[in-house]
Amino acid sequence: MTTTSDSPGATPPAADGDAEDIILSTEGITKRFGAVVALRGVDMHLRRGEVLGLVGDNGAGKSTFVKIVTGFQRQDAGRIFVEREEVNFHSVTDARRAGIETVYQDLALVPQLTVYENLFLNRELTGLGRLGWLSRPKMRRLATEYLHDIRVSVPDIDAEVELLSGGQRQAIAVARATRQNAKILLLDEPLAAMGAKESTLIIDLVKDLSKNRGVSMIVIDHNYTHLFELCDRLNVIQQGRVTVDTRVADTSVEDLTELMVAEYRRQVREGQALLQA
Amino acid sequence: MRLVQRREATVVIVTIGVVIYFAIRTSTFYSVANLITMAQYTSSIAIIGSGEVLLLVLAEIDLSAGQMYLTAPWIVYLLWADGVPIGWAIVVSLACSVVVGLINGFVTVWLGVPSLIVTLGTNYALFGLVLVESNAIQQNMPGTTGEFGILFGVGSWSVGLWALGIGVVIWVLLKQTRFGTHVTATGGNTLAAAEAGIPVRRVKVWCFMIIAVAAGMSGILDSIRIASLNPGNSGLDIVLPGIVAAVIGGTALTGGRGTVLGTLIGAIFLGVLEDGFNLIGVSANWFFLVEGVVILLAMAVNTQLGSLAARTRR
Repeated sequence: MTTTSDSPGATPPAADGDAEDIILSTEGITKRFGAVVALRGVDMHLRRGEVLGLVGDNGAGKSTFVKIVTGFQRQDAGRIFVEREEVNFHSVTDARRAGIETVYQDLALVPQLTVYENLFLNRELTGLGRLGWLSRPKMRRLATEYLHDIRVSVPDIDAEVELLSGGQRQAIAVARATRQNAKILLLDEPLAAMGAKESTLIIDLVKDLSKNRGVSMIVIDHNYTHLFELCDRLNVIQQGRVTVDTRVADTSVEDLTELMVAEYRRQVREGQALLQA
Repeated sequence: MRLVQRREATVVIVTIGVVIYFAIRTSTFYSVANLITMAQYTSSIAIIGSGEVLLLVLAEIDLSAGQMYLTAPWIVYLLWADGVPIGWAIVVSLACSVVVGLINGFVTVWLGVPSLIVTLGTNYALFGLVLVESNAIQQNMPGTTGEFGILFGVGSWSVGLWALGIGVVIWVLLKQTRFGTHVTATGGNTLAAAEAGIPVRRVKVWCFMIIAVAAGMSGILDSIRIASLNPGNSGLDIVLPGIVAAVIGGTALTGGRGTVLGTLIGAIFLGVLEDGFNLIGVSANWFFLVEGVVILLAMAVNTQLGSLAARTRR
């Protein structure tokens, strides 16, 4: 386990991994909103096929960081690298072109369209020249094959998404992103409001995509149990920087809670000292 | 269970019901002359209703389509009176309809005014324009003679076939093309559609233009058929039956769901109802009472069947 709370903002570079394996990394990402400093130099890396969990309180900077990585906002300082190449995101489209995609459970799907129509949304296959005539049989077949490949089972490829469960919808949303060649997925609370059976569906899908298809993922969740089930590695963000970087195998829910509380106490002490000075 | 899963089920049942009722009550219901009358009455409802399906699927509405229907033939007349050949006058008139649709769409999506209000405004603006330009005087519609006239409205089945043609085009557009999928996506979940890169604003503007040009065409055909132009007609009386046809046909007002087939049957239902009352000799005043009750009943049944179908499909 690596704790970096003693040297803020300086996560050691991937010492324990093959350097070639890093698919996404950031250096000193800083973001201010007026007088508020949301991020004070976030250094982070994500290996190919890895599932990285982001932990942190509300306002710690998780969502700001994710918004910057997905091109929704721009950092004030710092650099982002995708597969070792520096990238400059001016929009969500830029990030998407680089293979970074965010998956929202309900926001991403059209309830009144079928499973396969959602999988092909805005990338519909058409025939008859430029008339835009839908090739439904082909879309059905390819959608069925792809869902079979990534082992997602839905009751009916022709079912309207509205009739599917929350877990199935999440799976469809993830499937669509990966089918469209997303290399890096950001999952925002993928298991929120799901039953045990539903959760298993998503956990299996995430594991399968990362192990067998080399899809790398960043998962944000408040629930430690979820994160321990889903992730290979965890990064704790506190006060706008990464304070803990640990492999899931090297820690436990209790250890992590303790670490976070310790860091929190340290910051409170720092704050008090500052006030007294 | 297959039947209740179809969105069009209710309107099919009530339409069959009124057809049987009037066929028994009158001897002339199935006469060719009467079928032609019904087709003519149904035409504008079917065309405007089909256009409204696109907008209702987008969770928008166009209340100006009826006034567009009344204004387009006036543009044809005014151009023709200035010496423009009738064919070109129609082309220019339809181009003007597209511009009205563009304005409706533009104000709705870029200025963020609800389409209900935007199109109500356009409705009155067009009404005023007709009154001003016509000096509120009735005129005879040109283009009623020869093969041209027969093709564009005077022929017995002309307007009926035009309505069928335009209905089928919009049906195919919505169900079988990429554009149609984008319309459903935009109306069903605008955010998701935009996230997927669908130009949701442009999709909406296109639909406003499609209904405007369809309504304009319908108005030109009917005016050539009737051969006269009355500046005092109210567009809302024309557009509301179209919206009724769409809604009792199974199109939701909440967006994401619409059926052109149901709308065409809904238009036939309204045509049969009006025509049947005429045949029986019941006062036309009854028509609105019955229409009102049927709308309420059909909507209640549709809503209930909708949730029943959802349960059985799970």
